Amino acid sequence: MSEKKTKRRDFLFTATYAVGAVGVGATVWPMIDQMNPDASVKALASTEVDVSAVNPGKTITVLWRGKPVFIRRRTQDEIAEARSVKLDDLKHPETDEDRAKNPEWLVMLGVCTHLGCVPLDQKGDYNGWFCPCHGSHYDTSGRIRKGPAPTNMEIPKYEFVDANTIKIG
Amino acid sequence: MSGHEYIPKSKVGKWFNDRLPLLTLANHLTDYPTPKNLNYWWTFGGILTFCLITQIVTGLVLAMHYIAHADMAFDSVEHIMRDVNYGWLIRYIHANGASMFFLAVYIHIFRSLFYGSYKSPREIIWIIGIIIYLLMMAAAFMGYVLPWGQMSFWGATVITNLFSAIPLVGEGIVTWLWGGYSVDNPTLTRFFTLHYLIPFLILGLVVLHIWALHVPGNNNPVGIDIKKPSKDTVPFHPYIVIKDGFALLMFMIVFAFFVFYTPNILGHADNYIEADPLVTPAHIVPEWYLLPFYAILRSVPDKLLGVVAMLSAILILAALPWLDTSKVRSAVFRPLYRQFYWILVADVLILGYVGAMPAEGLYLLIARVATAYYFLHFLVILPVLGLKEKTVPVPLSITEPILGGSPNLATAKNKESLNN
Repeated sequence: MSEKKTKRRDFLFTATYAVGAVGVGATVWPMIDQMNPDASVKALASTEVDVSAVNPGKTITVLWRGKPVFIRRRTQDEIAEARSVKLDDLKHPETDEDRAKNPEWLVMLGVCTHLGCVPLDQKGDYNGWFCPCHGSHYDTSGRIRKGPAPTNMEIPKYEFVDANTIKIG
Repeated sequence: MSGHEYIPKSKVGKWFNDRLPLLTLANHLTDYPTPKNLNYWWTFGGILTFCLITQIVTGLVLAMHYIAHADMAFDSVEHIMRDVNYGWLIRYIHANGASMFFLAVYIHIFRSLFYGSYKSPREIIWIIGIIIYLLMMAAAFMGYVLPWGQMSFWGATVITNLFSAIPLVGEGIVTWLWGGYSVDNPTLTRFFTLHYLIPFLILGLVVLHIWALHVPGNNNPVGIDIKKPSKDTVPFHPYIVIKDGFALLMFMIVFAFFVFYTPNILGHADNYIEADPLVTPAHIVPEWYLLPFYAILRSVPDKLLGVVAMLSAILILAALPWLDTSKVRSAVFRPLYRQFYWILVADVLILGYVGAMPAEGLYLLIARVATAYYFLHFLVILPVLGLKEKTVPVPLSITEPILGGSPNLATAKNKESLNN
């Protein structure tokens, strides 16, 4: 092969394969991409929630993009507990200040980062959440403290539209 | 394949067979020389074919009444149970049929492990079998999602989330699998489509599995190569047909017991509650046939490594023909392997048990030890045992131990020269 010179025919083969590969790719991609979230699913991207009826120490769960979102109005004890934890003690270090801009309100995806179950409120070794599926314990800031989950529960994009309304997404 | 030319007796038969040799194939299948010492553990191939056909036929009928939509799936299953003529029977056969299918496939796999059926020259049969087994698990999992009960929904959530353990692209893959940001209607419709497709893929692989089997012929309890046809073989029909038929009848009695007397014992009560994305059931447990692998997943404290361990536990089986270094096939002549075999059986049963228990305390410890032993068996014990073990002399033929009397020095010498 090494002594063989590149000929016109080799060029034609290579060019044919290249064009063929592009053609196959262009045909296969729509077949794959059709499985991704469609326009109607993406259209449900944001939800507004009225939180005026939520008292301190209560959690409400709302559905956003088919997933539960926990909105917890935390007590002063819970805030103090969450803010007193040293970052070195955390598996996934995040400060409570970053997770809850308004310390009274914790808004997070109620989805265990292990395999997607919904953790139970006010349970577990850290007074936060406990996932019944595979035993992950979360603290009052929704941070993973013990168990197989790799990261803290996710904080979605949200904002206070006014004092009583949270817009998620 | 059988090496002899077949000529149909009738003129029409000959005319047809010259154009499409279907009758030659039928003749090959009836005359196919089979070892005459096959025991009842060899009847599960036929039983599994029966299971596959049962699932395809009942599934086809259920699909005429089932509606694959998140708002209607649960109700349509209840409609099948209450309103459709014999719907309860057909659905119970299909649901319990899945369990019976796995029961039979586990016996079939452990038969191969005991008698060394995966060894040369039958590696391809074995690997096709492992692919069939993987497809069976995929079909069973997706089928369990279709009734859209609580276990359906949360089982689907947990299993699809396994892919999120893949670094970088994991989350994207999960969203792609779901067709949304959670398990929802798009997930249900694609699972229904795939659940309908997979059995036919399995059917195609079964044809290849049997084709590959008919090249070297059946292994047998003695595990030696035999001449075909010879006094060591009998024709498939009627000898094996009758034996398989009898075993199938016995199997159907067990099957019918579950369908008519305890149709829900293998399922989970939570699946009679409609799927609710806001509430996870207190204990998520997969179907019994997946429990050993579930135990392996949970025994590893790291998410990615847990998934890797679980997949490896299945895929390691494909490498078995090369991990087992022993030249002797049947465990009958391998006194040490025989003991390790039964330890492995116990190990898998223990994994299945702890898989159904909460992953904490003593259960977790047992799961970890059993997981470690599972891999130890395949990666260390089998390769070393093949080199170290002193095996018992194997007979020259199936009939020799019966007709040839006690083994003497001459036959033993003869054997060694044959083995080398």
